Amino acid sequence: MTDLIAIGTRKGLWLARSDDERRTWTLDGPHLLAQEVAAVSIDARRSQPRVLAGIQYGHWGPTVMWSDDLGATWQETDHGAIRFPEDTGAALARVWQLRPDSAARPDVVWAGCEPHSLWRSADGGASFELVRGLWDHPHRPTWEPGGGGAAIHTVLPDPDTDRVVVAMSAGGVYVSEDGGAAWEPRNRGIAAGFLPEEPEYGQCVHKVAIDAGDPERMYAQNHGGVYRTDDGGRKWTSIAGGLPADFGFPIVSSPRTPGTAWVIPLVADMQRVPPEGRLRVHRTRDAGETWTSSAAGLPDGSWTSVLRDAFCADDADPTGVYLGTRDGCVYASADEGETFTTVAEHLPDVLTVRAARIP
Amino acid sequence: MTVQVVLPGVLADLADGRRELEVDAGGGTLADLFDTLAGQHPLLGRRIRDEAGQLRRFVNVYVDGDDVRYEQGLATVLRDGTQVHVLPSIAGG
Repeated sequence: MTDLIAIGTRKGLWLARSDDERRTWTLDGPHLLAQEVAAVSIDARRSQPRVLAGIQYGHWGPTVMWSDDLGATWQETDHGAIRFPEDTGAALARVWQLRPDSAARPDVVWAGCEPHSLWRSADGGASFELVRGLWDHPHRPTWEPGGGGAAIHTVLPDPDTDRVVVAMSAGGVYVSEDGGAAWEPRNRGIAAGFLPEEPEYGQCVHKVAIDAGDPERMYAQNHGGVYRTDDGGRKWTSIAGGLPADFGFPIVSSPRTPGTAWVIPLVADMQRVPPEGRLRVHRTRDAGETWTSSAAGLPDGSWTSVLRDAFCADDADPTGVYLGTRDGCVYASADEGETFTTVAEHLPDVLTVRAARIP
Repeated sequence: MTVQVVLPGVLADLADGRRELEVDAGGGTLADLFDTLAGQHPLLGRRIRDEAGQLRRFVNVYVDGDDVRYEQGLATVLRDGTQVHVLPSIAGG
């Protein structure tokens, strides 16, 4: 059994492996050198685990590539795995999210992209189809790009139903109950401090995660505010009370323990650094009622930040937690965020981190 | 009508390892040329233009030494023996 971390950076992809129950890690790379890797996933449902990467050549545009041999060779679809239909007049700008669906839908992979679009692949990521229901949504022309770009950055398919949750900055949270045909905004209770009053949609939601025990319970790290919903997003309430700050980008939930989630607070919108320069992971065991911080193995004097996709959990027991920083460090915890070890330093800025246990 | 296409080294792998290609320009515009090129080498075609058919922002194309952004863009008319340079612009970090 091997544990694998895929680390997408501004200038390439690195893979880290552990064969000793996540105690030590061996770094392998760079792969896809000099290409921005803003989205990565490890599809462990396949007999040969597939690493999918959404890359951006500096000059030559975005594309999706994949490797079925852990980075030794890479493939891409001749005409592009993600390609806007001609009638849209649009062109792919960036792949923000690659999300394998459940084991029950073994060839389905979702992609969230810029411009604001959701895509579904039924062949493991070799080709994607635009989800027209969201593309044709009457709100779409009024979604704002936020600071990072006009993108669907979060895609959460429910493993047991046809529900799909997406989030974007700055459009907010949208939910489909029928696999992507019809969509409705679900943002009530989420603040939008950059607008004069709370809107139906348009919030700058940075990341959403679903609780392990209840698909109706979700967590959101907002552009100012950390929230929970217990009714599938129809109403959100603040759970930021026990945190040193309510600003940040990622939020991660445990895939196996209900009520458990992690955030990495930054001081504020206008001060996007860890409080007092101390990089800390904060964990809740009670769905956000209380939080405790982890310091062991994480640095002081760290005036960096962790981007929305550079934080993840694996599917092992106990759950592993992984984060990458904009100053090129990667930290791993094999004990659910109690203690961390350093996996990598001095990489380019880390944009995305994903981890999985593979055969 | 045949024109000569000169590629940067980093794109040569997508054209069977060649940096200089003799290509039938079809209808006679730069867009026609790139349509032909994309038909022969789809990955190369995607590196130069997006799926909406537009030149990628940081790709520069020169027709007989002139930057097509200051000419007629993809509608620039080619003639037999024209030389088309595809070059990456100064960008990135």
